[in-house]
Amino acid sequence: METENQQKRNIIFHIRRFDPELDEVPRWQKFTVSVEPGMTVLDGLHHIKETQDASLSWRYSCRMGVCGSCAMLINGIPTLACNTQIMDVTSQKLTLAALPNFDIIRDLVPDLTPMFRDHVSIQPYIQRDDNKEMENPTREFFQTHDELEEYLQFTYCIKCGCCAAACPTMAADRKYMGPMPLAQAYRYNKDSRDGGQKDRNDVITASHGVFSCHYAGECSNVCPKGVDPARAIQHMKKDLVLGYLRLRKDKKPCQVVGIPTGESKPAIAAPEHTVK
Amino acid sequence: MKETGYWTWFIISGLITFFILGLHMLIVHLDGMLGIFSHADGGAVVWENVIQRSRSQFFSIAYIILLGAALYHGFYGLRTILLELGIGKQAQQRLTKFLWLTGILLFLVGTYVSLAVRTMEAPIL
Amino acid sequence: MKDKRSYDNHLGIVGWLGGGRWGIERYLYTLHRVTGVGILLFFIIHIFESSLRILGRETWDAVMEVMTNPIFKAGEILVFAAFAFHALNGIRLIFIELGLAVGKAEDPIYPYRSSINTQRSLMIVTMILSALLMIAGGYDLIFLGH
Repeated sequence: METENQQKRNIIFHIRRFDPELDEVPRWQKFTVSVEPGMTVLDGLHHIKETQDASLSWRYSCRMGVCGSCAMLINGIPTLACNTQIMDVTSQKLTLAALPNFDIIRDLVPDLTPMFRDHVSIQPYIQRDDNKEMENPTREFFQTHDELEEYLQFTYCIKCGCCAAACPTMAADRKYMGPMPLAQAYRYNKDSRDGGQKDRNDVITASHGVFSCHYAGECSNVCPKGVDPARAIQHMKKDLVLGYLRLRKDKKPCQVVGIPTGESKPAIAAPEHTVK
Repeated sequence: MKETGYWTWFIISGLITFFILGLHMLIVHLDGMLGIFSHADGGAVVWENVIQRSRSQFFSIAYIILLGAALYHGFYGLRTILLELGIGKQAQQRLTKFLWLTGILLFLVGTYVSLAVRTMEAPIL
Repeated sequence: MKDKRSYDNHLGIVGWLGGGRWGIERYLYTLHRVTGVGILLFFIIHIFESSLRILGRETWDAVMEVMTNPIFKAGEILVFAAFAFHALNGIRLIFIELGLAVGKAEDPIYPYRSSINTQRSLMIVTMILSALLMIAGGYDLIFLGH
């Protein structure tokens, strides 16, 4: 019991508050929380809400880095509150603020509407001509492992908005689509089952689209899921340029796998024994 | 699609600028050390050397290409920055037009001078 | 629908510089813009300045005499440094933006390695080259006076 007490620490939370009914501009407020090892920033916020100030608001739901609701600026870095242990990032002072580059609705709650509007505009779903097969599938679509690997990394995105908060282009340019929608456009463009590249490329090559990215690389630095949006965006630029120079053919969406013929393939000979 | 074209040429003009401007910098600012261009006395910007380059076919062509490429690259870059500052759609189009016009005008000035000096008959040396 | 008052939390141009603890590539991004605009400004002046050779030898010599002024000399050194940075960083960006230096998509396994790590060595090499070019140009401009 005594050792546990020794490990506890008082940590001062500096939280940037904003109440739209009272404040013109955000104000900083201090809370002192007794933190023990293993406590996440989200736990700390719950502690404050339960014991000190019930009006503190933020957004969360899963508590385990899956839903992407609780992204906030923690000690100057946009990341997930549920995924950050307090003891890992500080030993005295913890500053919390809402994600920059969005409007603040209240306290730590950013308004992510513009990001999701752009996300919708890139049509983030698989598009094919064969609607019948899509709605009543008879067989699966054919996709090799290599084709899957080309986009799999970008499917782990949880749309938390950390990338947009870190992006310097996003900071000045309000119309810029941002890393998340662009990376998602690449994810669907690269999917071998998809046939909607043309529509999607029309959206992302407009001004404030993909060519507003100049690789500051911050989105990849802060991404809490290791999605690496910057990599997706650069590969997409390559594809667009090659398409413009007619060095690259448009891909056709893949077909469903063939009907099994019932014939079996010739057996592969077993390797020889290494130990006789 | 238009932006894709603009951007592709932005990259290509950047590469062209890199090589020709590299040569230009080599001549003007690094030859004091390297000494491979064997200027007449006084460095790259004394009158004799300037006129010699202006008369040479290679440098005339290279400098006109450099002028065009660098202007395109520079103005596209400037446009990128200005568009980020959040102006309306109509203003964007006007800005693009304005930058095109300015660029072409500057290109014509430079090209005219470059060609005129080649055929200039004034006593040069 | 829209709240009567939400607070606009965009960082604006300040976001190019800071607002948090950022990586080195972000500063290269900002520096690339600043040097780019600076070089463009010089370039436009340079077009007119070098066009003066059409007016003949006397004018040219007079202009070159003015250019030996320490203020112009300092400006020249700055422009050369900007060129050295912008050129080499530009080469790095071309490699990156054409997808050549950012690596293929890979499984995100903690601790995450991103395209930033993939291009880091290229960044270091280009920045060293850029520094060497600056030193060479600076030596030539200051000590040999060209």
